[in-house]
Amino acid sequence: MLNILWPIFIIISIIYAVISGNIENLNNSIFVETENVVKFSLTLLGMTCLWSGIMEVALNTKIIDYLSKMLKPIINFLFKDIETDSECNKNITMNIIANILGLGNAATPLGLKAMNVLQKHNKEKDTLSDNMIMLIVLNTASLQIIPTTVLAIRNSLGSNEPTKIIFPIWLATICALIVGILVTKILIKCDRRKL
Amino acid sequence: MSLINYISVVAMPIVIFIIIGNALREKVAVFDLFLKGAKDGLEIVLKIFPTLIGLFVAIGMLRSSGVIDFITSVVSPITNFFMPNEILPLAILRPISGSASMAVATDIIKMNGVDSFIGVLAAVIMGSTETTLYTIAVYSSSVKIKKTRFVLFASLIADIIGVIVSVIIVSKMFN
Repeated sequence: MLNILWPIFIIISIIYAVISGNIENLNNSIFVETENVVKFSLTLLGMTCLWSGIMEVALNTKIIDYLSKMLKPIINFLFKDIETDSECNKNITMNIIANILGLGNAATPLGLKAMNVLQKHNKEKDTLSDNMIMLIVLNTASLQIIPTTVLAIRNSLGSNEPTKIIFPIWLATICALIVGILVTKILIKCDRRKL
Repeated sequence: MSLINYISVVAMPIVIFIIIGNALREKVAVFDLFLKGAKDGLEIVLKIFPTLIGLFVAIGMLRSSGVIDFITSVVSPITNFFMPNEILPLAILRPISGSASMAVATDIIKMNGVDSFIGVLAAVIMGSTETTLYTIAVYSSSVKIKKTRFVLFASLIADIIGVIVSVIIVSKMFN
């Protein structure tokens, strides 16, 4: 994706800057931005290391088991006919937990594993099954208990109260998630009627 | 609104308290585990640093050349109804690329002030939405699926709701 977008951004910017006479601005921005990335990355580094550390602790305790138990009724509501497949169940649960804890790097491999297992149950191998769609929608909604990246951005730019955004983010994500799930459930039903 | 602020302020300490307290109760080597995880964090940031350099410079060029202003002025009559103009570049890039939208969000927050309405809104939108197109592509192609049915539609609806709710809540916070 970025192999296409990135060059387009740069070429269009330079051409537009020449036409509109902003080339001096553009030239300055190159120096300013590279310096900004270094400052920004240093702040990001602190926050990311702290939370990776704390979440590693969480991963190695029974908190994961409690969360799995809490999620069980929700998962049974969202996904159909997977109760018998414990491997599939476990992968989906861990994928959701990793998302909630903000472990993006752990969440994707687990989600892909779950997709693999779901593909075994899938009747049409070139088409997403209902369960697969639900899994993808859950992953695009990204419910995260501590939005570390955004906190790091706010912190690096000198906010008075970097954490002020946590609760609003929860509300917005939960609304998006509920709507996403409802739309998916409804469309699954409509799709079946067509068949 | 003070309740919203309060929950936001206590969320992080409480999560840390629960995780560390529970680890202590289970008698695991809590600091060793922390160090192992923190080291992973170091790798994550090192890995994305080159991406960030490339994207921050590209986004900075887009802004300083005036391209973003131009695009905003073209699309804003339509999007004006449910979101402020300044947010538009973020809303457009967010579903496509995680690192590019992070660069744009940082840019918007810096330009408008980190604790300003637009600054907070950009942060909330950034935190409550995902790189939808990328996620769909990775998940579908991992099992070689071509027909994705309505998954894009459902995820984008969820994203739009996320943006609209963000605008409403942040507006309330600043009232």
